[in-house]
Amino acid sequence: MPFSNQEYLHLLPFIIIGVGIVFSVVIELITKKSREILPWFSILLFFSTALYSIYTIHNKYILFNGMIQVGGKAAIFNFIFNFAALLITMSSIGYLKKYGSNFGEYYILIQSAVLGMMVMAGSKDILMIFLGLELMSICFYVLAGLNRKKHSANEASLKYFLLGAFATGFVVYGIALIYGVTATTKIDILIQNFSAQSSNIIFVTGLILFIIGFSFKIAAFPFHMWVPDVYQGSATTVTGIMSTAGKAAAFSVLIITLTAVYTVNSPNIFSPYFAAIATLSMLFGSIVALTQDNLKRMLAYSSISHAGYMAIGLTASNSYSISGIIFYLAAYTFMNIGAFSIISIIEGENDSRTNIQNITGLNASKPMLAAFMSLFMFALAGIPPLAGFFGKYYVFIGAIKSGFTWLAIIGVFSSVISVYFYLRVVVFMYFKNPTEDINTDTSTFSYSAVIISGAMVLLLGLMPDLLLNLILSVVNW
Amino acid sequence: MILDYIPIFLVLIFSAIIGGAIVFSSKLFGPYSPNKIKQLSYESGKDPVGTTHERISVKYYLVAMLFIIFDIEVIYVYPWAVQFKTLFGEHGLFAFIPMLIFLIVLELGFLYIFVKGGLKWD
Amino acid sequence: MNIELILFIILATIAAVTSILVITRSNAVISAVFLVLNFFALAGLYLLLNAQFISVVQIIVYAGAIMVLFLFVIMLLRTDGEPRIFSDKRYIKYFALLISIFVFIQVSYLLLIGSPSKSVTGNQSASINSGTIETIGKELYTNYIIPFEVAGFLLLAATIGAIILAKKKFE
Repeated sequence: MPFSNQEYLHLLPFIIIGVGIVFSVVIELITKKSREILPWFSILLFFSTALYSIYTIHNKYILFNGMIQVGGKAAIFNFIFNFAALLITMSSIGYLKKYGSNFGEYYILIQSAVLGMMVMAGSKDILMIFLGLELMSICFYVLAGLNRKKHSANEASLKYFLLGAFATGFVVYGIALIYGVTATTKIDILIQNFSAQSSNIIFVTGLILFIIGFSFKIAAFPFHMWVPDVYQGSATTVTGIMSTAGKAAAFSVLIITLTAVYTVNSPNIFSPYFAAIATLSMLFGSIVALTQDNLKRMLAYSSISHAGYMAIGLTASNSYSISGIIFYLAAYTFMNIGAFSIISIIEGENDSRTNIQNITGLNASKPMLAAFMSLFMFALAGIPPLAGFFGKYYVFIGAIKSGFTWLAIIGVFSSVISVYFYLRVVVFMYFKNPTEDINTDTSTFSYSAVIISGAMVLLLGLMPDLLLNLILSVVNW
Repeated sequence: MILDYIPIFLVLIFSAIIGGAIVFSSKLFGPYSPNKIKQLSYESGKDPVGTTHERISVKYYLVAMLFIIFDIEVIYVYPWAVQFKTLFGEHGLFAFIPMLIFLIVLELGFLYIFVKGGLKWD
Repeated sequence: MNIELILFIILATIAAVTSILVITRSNAVISAVFLVLNFFALAGLYLLLNAQFISVVQIIVYAGAIMVLFLFVIMLLRTDGEPRIFSDKRYIKYFALLISIFVFIQVSYLLLIGSPSKSVTGNQSASINSGTIETIGKELYTNYIIPFEVAGFLLLAATIGAIILAKKKFE
């Protein structure tokens, strides 16, 4: 028996989702009503995994000969992924009927994508990172093109697949070079030898290629080409999980591989790279979003600029800024999923009603939706007592601690630009007369997803120390 | 140690020689009198019309896709089968259970294809 | 010059030449056939590196299954009527040339300046054994058991995805 029973027991979050996928396929096979059963089954799975992960956050183990870790940062990321998937599943129940592809398989693919993300966040071996990345990406490629009849969905799926495969090529080439120099794929061994190897140009090239591959996945500036079309063309709920949990998974890998930079005392040789992509993403995302009329497209550009703010944390790379990134990712997950859930409620059939003109005077007909949309817009803009503000605040403080004050100043400047297009949405909802009748016939579950995200945005905004202290206590593990 | 492969190379070389010789010798010894009708592409007796690059159905893609997936599955099973005796001697049932889980997961996929009509050619 | 070096030079030349032919042929089917040759040359290179199992997998999976998929996809699309990307935009050609020269300089710099692994011991018998199917079986089903199971779920997700995209009936 190569591994003890104890080790299999610690793997419980992965086992829950894995067994869940197997049972979901069985449900899909034996009953015609899978589309009614599977959402509830998925919600149960995601809820129990999220709860278990956060409950066992201090049980830190490295399992299976240094292959995978549980607890610590990985537990917080698992919480983010599962909570995001939970909210998205809730708002999918009503949305998929409108979207015209109400399949049980949708939920199986969401579960598989979450398993892939959990593998990425928990990996201690580059092989695991690669497998997790592929598992997540393949599910997202299929989910983006879920409705074959829609040209926009086909375009999104194909673009995402081609550019995603290209990015994976970078990752694999980087891994090959890293393995070629060090003859190991274990991240812990790589970190121990990091200072010694950081003068070896092949090793550094391998790591840079690896990081470039993940820069595609976080949607940072020079690698952002796929983002607007994919986010606009995919189903709104799919975009919701792709832009939040997918981004968090890519950031988790960057944080794991760059652990060496902020735990071992070696200079951060990747600072210039991250500073460059952070600056470019923030400014590009904020400025281009100013001209967007489609809400999904606007949020796509805003997603690019948020990747920029988070990359500031990787530039500074002290444990405070890394905690800031994780906090920011959690906050961004709730604000963005909330915003996308509201869009999915407003959206009509055949991708109609996703423009900013369609929510004109929303306050008159649906005051609750308008209030929550304003809450998410204020949070995304970073208005003080909300979650988004503290995300940016912690990252900027981390940057100043490492002497990147100029980067923090650019970040603040870019936030000021971004206030314009977020507030534009609020102005359209409150200060303009409605031009058309907005009838939303989505099930109550979408509303509950909106309410839960809104509550989390408020909670993280009013009591940010709750999460931040938890993150700070485990960030170096 | 690369010399260990010489028998394999010899098999490859001989099969290439024999295959080439058969094709070449039929050309060499057979009667050969080409004319226009004989040189036409064979299309069940009709005159061939249109492009040779006909678009084929997407069904073929599905077959190729599923072929790859199960090809890779077999690749995983092969080393396990070769090494099973040693693994079973060392770890007992724990040499067996992981492969069982792997196969259950994959055969579930196969069952899914079967139930959803992925193997039907309609 | 030993026999391995000669074989390496032959196989590497075949691999390099066929990969250039793959991207320069205008007929996609001919490109695909050169890609098969390229895969075979790579399989030979793996054999020289004592990765016997990977070499066989390269032929079975890549030259076999994946090439079949490539050919089906080529026949699925009608490629002859497609506009050619480079035909009217000359500057893109020069830009591409510039970038490829830049990448070539980078790679040669890496090869000349970079140092190879210090961990490679030069223990040839260990290296021969590490590529055999027995060693792979032993490692894969003990130390790498978790990646192995994740690969199972990856294949399941791919199966379901293929069916949804190509077969699922819309009601």
